Amino acid sequence: MGLPIPPFAVDLFGPDAVIMKGVNGLNWRLQDYVARGGYAGLKKILAEKIPPEQIVNELKKSALRGRGGAGFPTGLKWSFMPKQYSGQKYLVCNSDEGEPGTFKDRDILRYNPHSLIEGMIIGGYAMGITVGYNYIHGEVWDVYERFEEALEEARAAGYLGANILGTDFSFQLHAHHGWGAYICGEETALLESLEGKKGQPRFKPPFPASYGLYGKPTTINNTETFAAVPWIVVNGGDAFLNLGRPNNGGTKIFSMSGDVARPGNFEVKLGTPFAKLLEMAGGMRDGRKLKAVIPGGSSMPVVPADVMMATDMDYDSIAKAGSMLGSGAVIVMDETRCMVKSLLRLSYFYYEESCGQCTPCREGTGWLYRMVDRIEHGRGRAEDLELLNNVADNIQGRTICALGDAAAMPVRAFIKHFRDEFQYHIDHKKCLVAPYI
Amino acid sequence: MNAPMMLSPDALAKIDKAVAKYPPTEKQSAVMAALTIAQDEKGWLSTETMDFVAQYLGMAPVAVYEVATFYTMYDLKPVGKYKLTICTNLPCALQGATAAAEHLKKALGIGFNETTADGRFTLKEGECMGACGDAPVMLQNNKRMLCAMSPDRIDQLLKDLE
Repeated sequence: MGLPIPPFAVDLFGPDAVIMKGVNGLNWRLQDYVARGGYAGLKKILAEKIPPEQIVNELKKSALRGRGGAGFPTGLKWSFMPKQYSGQKYLVCNSDEGEPGTFKDRDILRYNPHSLIEGMIIGGYAMGITVGYNYIHGEVWDVYERFEEALEEARAAGYLGANILGTDFSFQLHAHHGWGAYICGEETALLESLEGKKGQPRFKPPFPASYGLYGKPTTINNTETFAAVPWIVVNGGDAFLNLGRPNNGGTKIFSMSGDVARPGNFEVKLGTPFAKLLEMAGGMRDGRKLKAVIPGGSSMPVVPADVMMATDMDYDSIAKAGSMLGSGAVIVMDETRCMVKSLLRLSYFYYEESCGQCTPCREGTGWLYRMVDRIEHGRGRAEDLELLNNVADNIQGRTICALGDAAAMPVRAFIKHFRDEFQYHIDHKKCLVAPYI
Repeated sequence: MNAPMMLSPDALAKIDKAVAKYPPTEKQSAVMAALTIAQDEKGWLSTETMDFVAQYLGMAPVAVYEVATFYTMYDLKPVGKYKLTICTNLPCALQGATAAAEHLKKALGIGFNETTADGRFTLKEGECMGACGDAPVMLQNNKRMLCAMSPDRIDQLLKDLE
């Protein structure tokens, strides 16, 4: 219907890009990927018959950490898979990207899908797995269809299926779509959903490495994690580690959203200063002043501007700043934003998305939402701030999965850093900041 | 006893293709795909349609209802010809989604979860669609993502869908 599409540029992901190097938004097909050096890692492994343990060791050296949010060391996770198990094992990719602020996996899937496919094939080789599934967020249907098309390309070229490139190694990969449930980004909820059930998280242990999809040993990684594997195989774990910092290997795609001039994805070396990343996103929109940043997706604690401007973008530095790198979703807020109203929208989200399995989360998220709602709308009570912290405390750590924590953490951080705004709302029945969203 | 074929041969072929992705003993894994395919064809999921999917996949009907009621993009009641879902979550809100949602409500004369009197448009408030960089973001009938939906682009869209 003739709606314009966003402009495409060479180096869509910035000059430091490694995984997305040369990706311009149009060159997503297999032949383009091969022209960029793609599938060289897989070919090297098969030609040189590299032992699986060696691949896992390189990953350990690389300090690649899970890019979905938890930051768990990937090499260590891969080493948990039972080696002697004779039955079917599964490899699963979590592309159920729905953490507000996060939109990096969408770009990998639509602009560089073969990096993920190659990473999963290598994962299958390294862990002795022959079947994989990629669970894709239901809202990005065009991306799901493109990924199916990329799978067909890989099958036709002999990279997927039986006897890959004429060897005795076989691996098949399928795409599976979600249909609107944030909770399925939690790995065990995702497995339930993949089995055709409602997505309610499983109690752990047992962990997926011993009891995963269909009760079989399963490894689950994020899209961006798998996409980094081919580069590590070709260039070595040390080279990847040296791109970033000790314990924070490699590059990371940060999704910049909110009050920046050019929202988008930027792949930078871990340890890059936040100030540089903000500059890559065109700085603050309309020249406004920075007020606060949520550096790792909506579930992570908010950080005030002065602290953020002095922070580098890696797991350990952001932890020191009092938050978490999470999924790398950087939500930027300027001086005109009301923190009560911002928290209200996030609290509604967790209330809406709680799966209802655990009482503290099911009841607590609704309670948090209703309290922030009454503060925002001039009906706040003197005791509400303490009560909010109290309810948050009684959710956190008391549920099967991390959604409860994800609902509680923003509440505590917003009140901690912007207490005066909440207090003003309660005392004066109106907002300290105007205009606001 | 066979239920009457409620879905077209084309839809059944698509379901069969989805079923083939999973181990033969795990046909239930295809239920989300099957319900999506059925909804595409029927416009929404009636109990009869869900029962047919249950029978087709060898599942208990209640297991299908559980799935259909859990995932928000399944419509268990008829919706307008065009279902428009707009994300109003924080990153989108910071990039104009609140104004876009108000504009949509005014242009259509309806609120969230309502359908226009002529049955053409249903409006829904959505949660994160994983495309915040392109905000404001909307979905048309679940499958078509619309990006950078400023008020003038919304006007253009509504005109094109007339």
